[in-house]
Amino acid sequence: MTATWLRRLYFTVVALFLAAPLIVVAGVSVNSRQELTFPPVGFSLAWYAQIFTDPEWRLALIHSVTLAVCSAAIAVAVALPLAWFLWRRIAPWANIFQVLGLAPFILPPVITALGFLSFWATVGLFGQFFTAIISHAIFFVTLPLVTLSLGFASIDRSLVEAAATMGADDRTVLKTVVLPLILPYLVSGYAFAFVLSLNEYIVAYMTIGFTTETLPIKIFNALRYGYTPTMAAVSIFFVAVAALVFGSIARFGDIRRLLGAMSSDGS
Amino acid sequence: MRREAPRSVADYTPLFFPALMLVVFFVVPFSTMIAVSFFKRNPSGFYTPDFVIDNYARFLSVFFGGVLGFSLMLAVLVAVCCVAIGFPFTYLLTRRPRRVQTLWLVGLLSVLSLSEVIIGFAWSTLFSRTAGITNLFVAIGLMDKPVALLPTFGAVLTGMVYQALPYTILVLYPALVRLDPTLLEAARTLGASPVKAFFNVVAPALRNTIVATLIMVFVFALGSYLLPQILGRPQHWTLSVLITDQAIYQSNMPFAAAMAVFLVLISLALVGMTLLVGRRENAL
Repeated sequence: MTATWLRRLYFTVVALFLAAPLIVVAGVSVNSRQELTFPPVGFSLAWYAQIFTDPEWRLALIHSVTLAVCSAAIAVAVALPLAWFLWRRIAPWANIFQVLGLAPFILPPVITALGFLSFWATVGLFGQFFTAIISHAIFFVTLPLVTLSLGFASIDRSLVEAAATMGADDRTVLKTVVLPLILPYLVSGYAFAFVLSLNEYIVAYMTIGFTTETLPIKIFNALRYGYTPTMAAVSIFFVAVAALVFGSIARFGDIRRLLGAMSSDGS
Repeated sequence: MRREAPRSVADYTPLFFPALMLVVFFVVPFSTMIAVSFFKRNPSGFYTPDFVIDNYARFLSVFFGGVLGFSLMLAVLVAVCCVAIGFPFTYLLTRRPRRVQTLWLVGLLSVLSLSEVIIGFAWSTLFSRTAGITNLFVAIGLMDKPVALLPTFGAVLTGMVYQALPYTILVLYPALVRLDPTLLEAARTLGASPVKAFFNVVAPALRNTIVATLIMVFVFALGSYLLPQILGRPQHWTLSVLITDQAIYQSNMPFAAAMAVFLVLISLALVGMTLLVGRRENAL
């Protein structure tokens, strides 16, 4: 079967292309010398330890995680009622808010970032940490909005109808039927926003980059003074977190469906 | 429970918070940026309110025309490379067992979520003389001594294709996974080889999807702002790089805003085009 071999070769080449920079960076990150060499010389996990022990890297890590945890929560808080309203009510003009929720993610990020920069500078709050949280929340609201819309679309309306017939009011239906059904979509929406927020550079840079460093900002600033193996360790740390989060979504949910496959076809 | 029209103000309650957040923190900042693009630059501070079109006039120079031309060319090249690699790949992926698909999707999402900083750092390491891929070529005897492969146009292009490829595959995935399998079966029954069936049946059936994806990837690539700086020379800088540069290092917000507004117009026009293409596909 030459076709099978060709396909395997093609998949391998794509996999290698996607993995190559990460393999090199992973190799560099376990280098025992204070410089970038590949193949690595010796073996050491000291650079990973440095993320947590070096005060500057640790602070950047804390900033990044705080930013990601809070902004993803706000993003979900904005997306959930909006997605619910659009599913529950017929109000065509309300779709404008859906468009507003999708726009920041579709436009080139530099535009959204510049919008935030000019806004925060104009209102005089530029550089405060909470401005980055809000900016990230708005920037990534698209992700929970998309997953939650998918979640609501998957709800069998007759199920909800049955609950209503048996006397449940809107609030009870929401609490006992709707929310449990969309919980997986809520969790994955949060996870998507969290991971992307952790890695986001330009919005954070244009809002707090001059006052507070997040990990990507710290890596970029460190890039200017030359490379250190700690940057490699941080990069691998990021990939590991992303793989872990998306892996869990795949393990406990249907990631194919979340990415657009129909659930019914079974393929 | 069927969808109902809201009857009382109370029915609108769930909309309050999202609407407030999106208007205050997206519509207002966006409008602020448009306003700033007409402001006058204030060398001592940020800017002073005014109504001047200098910022736009300056944009219409030969230099910025060149940068714009380069940005568009680069984005087109990235989009074409990504769809050329990604379309057959996604198609084959959707024919694989569930487990294989899931594994790939997790990997693709992980790469997609990588910061541009990390992608830039990773490729600059891979292309460097000291820790780069050429060391591998030397080790297996392909080259005499390691060389630096950056800063070059090829490095910028590779980095950007790397950044956009997972995005491309994930954009194509829904259309391809939902493709009617009977279409292909019919072609195969009539004696077409899998490759022939792919090019004569699958590809033409998804022509509009391909066009829409090209445009989406093009807009995505247009937004790349760090890779051209890290992997290329100043002549490889794109419009996004210049906007960042003007806003942060030159402290010329009005000019940066004017360029950003211009970029918005290009992107909106293109996103509008994808919607039109998509609509025609649905009508078929």
